[in-house]
Amino acid sequence: MRRGLFCLIFCVVAAALFLGVAAAVADETGQAPGVSMADQAQINSGRWSTVDHSKFDVLKQKFTTGEDVTKACLSCHTEAEKQIHKVIHWTWLSPTGGGLYGKAGYSINNFCISTNKMHDDECENCHIGWEKKKDGINCLKCHNTSSIDWRQEFKDLKEALDSGDPDWSGEIENDIIANVSKIALPQRRNCGECHFNGGGGEGVKHGDLDGSLVNPKKSLDVHMGIDGQDFTCTRCHTTMNHLVAGRVYSTPATGTIGKRVSLVQNDLAPKIACESCHTDKPHGNALKLDDHTDRVACQTCHIPTFARAHSTQMEWYWETAGKTDNGRVIQRKGPYGRPVYKSIKGDFVWKKNVKPEYFWYNGSIKSLTLKDVIDPSTEPVWISKPVGSPSDKHSRIAPFKVHRGSQPYDMETGRFLAPLLSEEDNGYWKTLDWKDSLTRGMKLIGLPYSGKMGFVKTCYVMPTTHMVAPKEDALSCIECHTRSGSRMAGIAGVYMPGRDRFMPLDIAGWGGALLALIAIALHAIGRIVMSAARRKEDK
Amino acid sequence: MAHKKMTNIYLFTRYERLWHWLQFVLITILMITGLEVHGVYQLLGFDKAVAIHNFAGITWLILFFFFMFWVFTTGEWKQYIPTTRKLIDVALFYAWGIFHGEPHPVPARKGAKHNPLQRLTYLGVAAALLPLQMLTGFLYWSYNSWDAWGLGFLSLHLLAVVHMAVAFAILIFVIVHVYMTTTGHTVTAHIKAMITGWEEIEEGELVQEWEKHSP
Repeated sequence: MRRGLFCLIFCVVAAALFLGVAAAVADETGQAPGVSMADQAQINSGRWSTVDHSKFDVLKQKFTTGEDVTKACLSCHTEAEKQIHKVIHWTWLSPTGGGLYGKAGYSINNFCISTNKMHDDECENCHIGWEKKKDGINCLKCHNTSSIDWRQEFKDLKEALDSGDPDWSGEIENDIIANVSKIALPQRRNCGECHFNGGGGEGVKHGDLDGSLVNPKKSLDVHMGIDGQDFTCTRCHTTMNHLVAGRVYSTPATGTIGKRVSLVQNDLAPKIACESCHTDKPHGNALKLDDHTDRVACQTCHIPTFARAHSTQMEWYWETAGKTDNGRVIQRKGPYGRPVYKSIKGDFVWKKNVKPEYFWYNGSIKSLTLKDVIDPSTEPVWISKPVGSPSDKHSRIAPFKVHRGSQPYDMETGRFLAPLLSEEDNGYWKTLDWKDSLTRGMKLIGLPYSGKMGFVKTCYVMPTTHMVAPKEDALSCIECHTRSGSRMAGIAGVYMPGRDRFMPLDIAGWGGALLALIAIALHAIGRIVMSAARRKEDK
Repeated sequence: MAHKKMTNIYLFTRYERLWHWLQFVLITILMITGLEVHGVYQLLGFDKAVAIHNFAGITWLILFFFFMFWVFTTGEWKQYIPTTRKLIDVALFYAWGIFHGEPHPVPARKGAKHNPLQRLTYLGVAAALLPLQMLTGFLYWSYNSWDAWGLGFLSLHLLAVVHMAVAFAILIFVIVHVYMTTTGHTVTAHIKAMITGWEEIEEGELVQEWEKHSP
């Protein structure tokens, strides 16, 4: 009787516990802390202003130069110019590194190589001044919501005024008056004018930044999608005195990566990251997904591929540049309507829907400059490479676009060379003359050139962090947790179930199981045979 | 061999049988999902395999405390006290006597349902393998809390290797265990006993005094 009662009590308690655990483990309705925090960061995020710029008299005047517009802006925004002169958008120099890093320093990239200390004409198109660095700041470049190229607009106006055609100049003047006061915080198009066209064209450079982000669908970017949250760039790239958060150079990640400061706690964290809003527990307790956040960057799973809307350039070989068709420059088109060869640039490879490559990353990228001596015998030379290691607890496994190519270097000094590409009458794109453009380019930079030039294979990395896909498009476990073809095949220093095994143990374990099966099979056969023999004897 | 008269005895209580078959279900689930997580095959999908494996593992861990409670409050723990007495005899029986129709040297009796070899094996499984597997599994599951619990020194790689090693040991135990169920006086006698609780044994054998108490 007592035993029966005991069994009954046990069954009831066990069943209750079983159901309790089931509910706790399988609870998918509970909101993850990260989701709550992200929601909280969105409260009151609607932009508002107490100013309508179209009502300012100072903006209703007839502007004849861009400089005049800037003067009008500064008549109210008295501190803007001072602020701008300190920011990297203006200086093109990293605040750390003593003038070594940056487009105005000695940095090089895998595309147009160098700006020759801001002397290259085409590069200058993206500077936020009116004309080269010496001229005033161009507020409209970032803050005007019309699609006008204001630098060109005022050039056209000057030409029209000089021609003495009042219809032509009047038309432009009206256009300017109608649009100059359309002022707002930077829109996606403003930032995109330069950042979507990095590397000299639409989608060339980044792979996760291109024109498709001006009006993206939620499926392309879950935050920026106009059918969703409709984030502008500045929603994440927060600013203070025109300083923009979230750029990556050699500066170590002192902000949210590692320290995990939430934007909700500190709206001006110097480095922004997904965790700034989503925290390190963004998934809810349905699975072990939150267990990944200490070692895996959010982007790794949530950006399954980059260049999902437009193609991006993956390879650029300068060594093949310069071929002509009897003196005429060549341009051959390939897939996606992109050029696969240009006389002025060399061979290209373009790709779409590219799986990133993965590296340990602590938020810093180590990059080479024109002052570094390279070892051309160990190709490829990594012009930039993520910094991080599995033993550093601030490092995460993060996705990158790796761009490959070849670049000129000085065979005597062992340093990279920066050709002048575009100038009024000079530059490689005009002359296709390496010697002349390299001599001019290096002179502008103030570094020697021996005259002996060779090419070396190079790699260049860019973090993949935009174009975050909706959660249903995130990577499935098996993309990484698998023996063969794992996306993490090259990642060492972390144990991954499904990918990793301790081979001697697997051999011993399966071997032991096999031996056990053989042993029982033999034992069973022995019993059957002997039993049959005994039965025969009994008869 | 002359047939002795047979009699039925009630060997396994309802709770024991329930516990046994519950473990059978849990081990099956854990083995199938665990090997998928280990990358041996693809069956349910990695995420489902992980979810089910965790759920089954934690369930077992909790139920295991009930088993411990039962074992100690009912005095059943005495059935697991290891002994070397007749251990060699039992081993020799399975290696030799069983082929020649000899009787089992220590047949199951009420109050002494495990022979010395079973005592040793089940003690090893219940007191060493399973707790170790549950401990490593629980730590595996609570990976992100290690720092907070002051366990930051643990290595996931080492833990995974231990968890896998014990899994192989359990797999081998299961293979042999299932086979051993066929060694009763009929092929299905032991399995029937674990289902109904009743086992048919030869009449007249008494529990030896040494089997009742630990030496």
